[in-house]
Amino acid sequence: MNWTGFDTWIVVIGALCAAACALPGCFLVLRKMSMMGDAISHAVLPGLAIAFLITGTRASVAMFLGAAIAGVLTALFTQWITRFGNVDRGAAMGIVFTTLFAIGLLLIRQAADHVDLDPGCVLYGAIELTPLDTIALGGFDIPRAALVNGIVLLLNLVIIGLLYKELKLSSFDPDLADTLGYSSEFLHYLLMTMVAVTTVAAFESVGSIIVIAMLIVPPATALLLTHDLFKMLIIAVVAAVLAAVTGHLGALVVPGWLGFESTTTSGMIALAAGLIFTLAWLFSPYEGILTRRFREGVREPDSLSANTNTKAS
Amino acid sequence: MPDLREIVEVLLLQNYNTRLVVLSTTLLGIAAGLVGSFLLLRKRSLMGDALSHATLPGVAIAFAVMVALGGTGKSLPGLLLGATLSGIAGVATMLLIRHTTRLRDDVAMGFVLSVFFGVGVASLRMVQSMPGASAAGLESFIYGKTASMVHADFLIISIVAGLSSLACLIFLKEFLLLCFDDGFAASQGWPTLFLDILLLTLVTAVTVIGLQSVGLILVIAFLITPPTAARFWTQRLVPMLFIAAFIGGASGWLGASLSALTPQLPAGAVIVIVAAILFLISMLFAPVRGAIPRAVRQIRLRRKVDRQHLLRAAYEILEVQARDGVVRNEPFPLADLLGKRSWTPLQLRRILKIARREDHLETAAPGTIRLSESGFGEASRATRNHRLWETYLIQYADIAPSHVDRDADMVEHILGAKLVSQLETYLSDHDLALPVPPSPHPLAPASTK
Repeated sequence: MNWTGFDTWIVVIGALCAAACALPGCFLVLRKMSMMGDAISHAVLPGLAIAFLITGTRASVAMFLGAAIAGVLTALFTQWITRFGNVDRGAAMGIVFTTLFAIGLLLIRQAADHVDLDPGCVLYGAIELTPLDTIALGGFDIPRAALVNGIVLLLNLVIIGLLYKELKLSSFDPDLADTLGYSSEFLHYLLMTMVAVTTVAAFESVGSIIVIAMLIVPPATALLLTHDLFKMLIIAVVAAVLAAVTGHLGALVVPGWLGFESTTTSGMIALAAGLIFTLAWLFSPYEGILTRRFREGVREPDSLSANTNTKAS
Repeated sequence: MPDLREIVEVLLLQNYNTRLVVLSTTLLGIAAGLVGSFLLLRKRSLMGDALSHATLPGVAIAFAVMVALGGTGKSLPGLLLGATLSGIAGVATMLLIRHTTRLRDDVAMGFVLSVFFGVGVASLRMVQSMPGASAAGLESFIYGKTASMVHADFLIISIVAGLSSLACLIFLKEFLLLCFDDGFAASQGWPTLFLDILLLTLVTAVTVIGLQSVGLILVIAFLITPPTAARFWTQRLVPMLFIAAFIGGASGWLGASLSALTPQLPAGAVIVIVAAILFLISMLFAPVRGAIPRAVRQIRLRRKVDRQHLLRAAYEILEVQARDGVVRNEPFPLADLLGKRSWTPLQLRRILKIARREDHLETAAPGTIRLSESGFGEASRATRNHRLWETYLIQYADIAPSHVDRDADMVEHILGAKLVSQLETYLSDHDLALPVPPSPHPLAPASTK
């Protein structure tokens, strides 16, 4: 294995991005909206296409704005269809993002002659290349992706820090939040904007796989390990950072074991997150599969474990 | 611009080049509409999304195995088999998470989607560097293009689509039970886990063939959009299945034809947009659950409620005014009405306008109002229903007379003629000789001023 400064930056960027995604991801998982990250990452295509058609360049500010607006619109349309059509939220999400993606494809095809805009390259941004794109900041050359993801992480931390109580309340009991005067609708859209901006910032720099995985898997891991929202946020961030580090290590080491040349860091980060989840799934002190089996072996099965037994079979 | 003859040719499947594409997207739409309906009812619409991403590791591994065995690796049946197996592994993981943790369906789906897709991308990159085979274009080979369909593809699609549609119809009763009350199904001895797996196997089959022939996004849309649109047209499952199949088939047929007529439009995207337009029409205009008919019904009901409240308030004012126990229809000051309910003057003016349009009011001196003949009749009927219901609640539901007004207020508007006559028989020992029984609780003074 050959560790260079590049690898350090990749791990740092991966960790920043993973942590930035895991924070809003906790609230998505609690609100049964885990698939939002995937929906947004597909639905931003028309935003990118329109931004490109208007400005004519692939300058990242315009593209970022277009994508972020499309992401927020995804959340907005999903909410409208859920409300006015009385439709299951998953279905509404699916309709919105497939339609937006199709519109994006058509827009790109219309301008295909002079456009170098491949939906594939939007969805597969490469974390391996991020250290090459640097900007000078206070005498240091910092990768742009590190800066972007760092800012997003900071923003998410500040918003969740300031509105922790309100977000918690509206996630568990939106009606109570409304009656107490905290608009659950406003908080919903705030969260969705947070998710949209985080998703777009992250996949524009590191690719969509990391984003989708980090929005869901570390929060799900944390949910298996604790029943407390604050602890859940912390565990999710730790799991996300751990996945980023081990994922990149795995990308360097694993292909050699299997006799291949190389692999992608983003895919391996998702796999690492999945493995961490599996560990929690097996050994969680509350409901790990093995923990439960061990406990049942030690003492007489009581009514509670008998219940979980029937559920598991 | 294609002329009319061309359009008709494509739509009626007479054009050889487009016939296969149009037919297979139509068949796929029908099958996906049927299977997707059950997914929608189980609140698992995004299963197609998760599944289609979960096929990627299977494709990479199948490719690697075939190359290792000395082939080129690009054999379609082999890749499809790999995709199916890894899709099934994804479903199994999802069910396992669902049944052994308290994580919900959406988390299980998101987990499978992201982790399997990540593994797929990682392993695809690995096998691309294998010596002796070029994996370039492997993804577009499996996540195919609609336009380049050949006869063999068509056969696979029609067989799989036909079989899964048939399976949906054979297991209709079982799936219905599973969708609406799986706890009950399990308690009645139905093998719910087996049925769940069967349903998800059908979804996997439709997803895999759809992926290969029409692309990832289209499959997801096909599984979600037609069933959701169909849900607006009916409250019953069997009609919903047929409407979903029809909408799916229609969007496949129209979309593929449209894209065949305009060569620069990709078929998958056009089909998705046609389906989305059909969904939008259903959501807005479908008579049973569409947004606009529902809003119209709500506005009508609210007007009826407002009007009946106005008339009853007027009747009660007249009742208080009546000197010798006989309620007469005479003009009374408008200001009295404001005190009866928590109306703002603006609201009251709007309600009075509605009542005037219904011919319930007559012209009277300014500042006063007078009910018309029909208005007075309607007013005594509304008051009578209210009193009957109040008396019933006091007699049989043990509600205190001081609290009964609000409760009756909410129900009185939907009392049908049958219910009213039932109430009359229940309460026949009360003095119903009066056209309107007296109020069981003291009325508020007519005016608060």
